[in-house]
Amino acid sequence: MPPHAIRCEGLVKRYEDVVAVDGLDLEVFRGECFGLLGPNGAGKTTTIEILEGLTSPDAGHVEVLGAQWSRDGHALRERLGISLQETQLADKLTVEETLLLFRSFYRKGRDPEELLATLSLGEKRHARVGKLSGGQRQRLAVACALAGQPELLFLDEPTTGLDPQSRRDLWEQVERFQAGGGTVLLTTHYMDEAERLCDRVAIVDHGKRIALGTPAELIAQLHATNVVEFATEPRLPEGQLSALPGVSEVHAAGEGWSLGVRSLAETVPALLAVVDASSARLLTLATHRATLEDLFVAKTGRKLRDA
Amino acid sequence: MRRHFPPLLELTHARLREFLREPEALFWVFAFPVLLALALGLAFRGKAPEKIPVGITEGPRATATAEALGSSPGLAARVYEARAGREALRTGKISLLVEEEGGLVYRFDPTRPDARAARLEVDDALQRAAGREDPLRPRESRVAEPGSRYIDFLVPGLLGMNLMGTGMWGLGFSIVNARVRKLLKRLAATPMRRSEYLLSQMLARLVFLVFEVAILVGFGWLAFGVAVHGSLVALALVSLLGAASFSGLGLLISSRTKTIEGVSGLMNLVMLPMWLLSGTFFSWERFPEAVHPVIRALPLTALNDALRAVMTEGRPLSALGLELGVLTVTGVVSFLVAVRVFRWQ
Ligand SMILES: Nc1ncnc2c1ncn2[C@@H]1O[C@H](COP(=O)(O)OP(=O)(O)OP(=O)(O)O)[C@@H](O)[C@H]1O
Ligand SMILES: [Mg+2]
Repeated sequence: MPPHAIRCEGLVKRYEDVVAVDGLDLEVFRGECFGLLGPNGAGKTTTIEILEGLTSPDAGHVEVLGAQWSRDGHALRERLGISLQETQLADKLTVEETLLLFRSFYRKGRDPEELLATLSLGEKRHARVGKLSGGQRQRLAVACALAGQPELLFLDEPTTGLDPQSRRDLWEQVERFQAGGGTVLLTTHYMDEAERLCDRVAIVDHGKRIALGTPAELIAQLHATNVVEFATEPRLPEGQLSALPGVSEVHAAGEGWSLGVRSLAETVPALLAVVDASSARLLTLATHRATLEDLFVAKTGRKLRDA
Repeated sequence: MRRHFPPLLELTHARLREFLREPEALFWVFAFPVLLALALGLAFRGKAPEKIPVGITEGPRATATAEALGSSPGLAARVYEARAGREALRTGKISLLVEEEGGLVYRFDPTRPDARAARLEVDDALQRAAGREDPLRPRESRVAEPGSRYIDFLVPGLLGMNLMGTGMWGLGFSIVNARVRKLLKRLAATPMRRSEYLLSQMLARLVFLVFEVAILVGFGWLAFGVAVHGSLVALALVSLLGAASFSGLGLLISSRTKTIEGVSGLMNLVMLPMWLLSGTFFSWERFPEAVHPVIRALPLTALNDALRAVMTEGRPLSALGLELGVLTVTGVVSFLVAVRVFRWQ
């Protein structure tokens, strides 16, 4: 068995006014959970739908589970589980009916009873889909994706709009699927989700891959363990900041600055001293452990969520 | 939990459930045509022919005249004061006025058919009252047989119209709705055979068909005595072909449309001319002869004519080559084109 679950090279997709995917290369290995991370409009959905065989690329080569869409598309569908970003399942059907419908499309598959139990939908089996909460609907979408016992699971923003508890429940499902030997490709714009779930992450922006690696490797690229974000009035000059002890990166972040630092204890007192010495007034000051978000800011100068 | 069935069955069953859980759809498919048949059937039911209103001007012989006219079954006579009588005649409240000027005078407008009829009836009644003996006395035989009434014309037309509406809306709306909700795209992402999805939509449609036809035909029979003169098998086959044909058309209309508004507009564009032209409420032969070939090529005309031929005239399917041909061609061509151009997302 080839080690790759997905391989694509030079993927391009253009729409009238934008290049949604701009020469993307990806390799996803069997058994790993791979995350596509990027802001709104980065091209995540377009990419994942090309890989799912739903959109045809303008250029590039795609191989999924050793097969190609043009040649063995139908057989390939038996082996994939897919949850799209925006699908609304039929409102008038019940949870159980919906799951049985999806199960019927696959030659082999998981026991719907067991799936309902795993996804804690047992109590809702006779409820109409239209009456479910957002989290329950998302769990049903994942149940439908798992109905055919796939080898490879595609999840496009599986937890967007869910409350923290529902998100953690879903993460657990993904981890369980992966523990059973499955491969996962998911998209998200939540850093914590990517850090928690993904073995490797590709950060995409404007249809291009701007970073690739394990979450730890990517964060290590920052040469900083923590991030200090602050704003002053007037703004301090960049030269003064990079001269501070322990500072490895300086990026403009909105009104103020974002500093990548090795140690808070070393940098923060020095920073406050500089602010005191200048005539500037400190407006905000916050610190956090370095995350993938900071890498995105470092690479693009924009924040992921409101880019 | 039960085991799942093969996909075609699950899809058909799912579509049927969706339909049965939609009270509005149930109303339009099953109740509305029955209500329409009831309303129109009552409005145009075979009443006794209306009496012709005539007037008599006050005078010495008025009472005798009124009595003579009152005995005629076709007349409703009333005595007027002289000026009021002329006024009633002028405004068309009465068709003829009997005045006395020395002798009797019939005052009426001979260009009005009802007035000429009144002239004959009034004269007849007065002459007989005056003692005329008719040498010739033919028997009257009135035509009011089942099969020739308006309701007999109407029920097959309503059935045809309903088969068109349900076929087109039933498929068109549900497919475009599934496309808008990206459900079609989700289905296309499974190994489901795409043709099975389209087929299931048509099959589900044909299941309601049985009830739709049975309810409307049964109602016409029970409420108005509208009988099926031809064979029930022929009726079933014509209905089936009609429903399949319009399902194909519905599929075609919804094959690429991306919004509910878009599909509604297209549906109306296609159905409206047929509602008007295809002889649902009155015979299409009333339109100018020049457009008859166009009207006859419309699938609803073919369906209405075939249903009437079977229900009212009791003709066999073999006599309906043109109609069945139009329906088959419409259905097959639209299905094939729809499958080719169908958009899953
Ligand atoms: N069908 C389409 N027609 C035209 N433009 C499109 C189409 N689909 C996507 N785009 C454009 O392509 C770009 C990438 O869109 P895409 O949906 O892949 O982004 P995304 O990363 O999934 O964003 P989000 O996080 O909001 O889901 C966007 O600029 C979008 O407007
Ligand atoms: Mg997206």
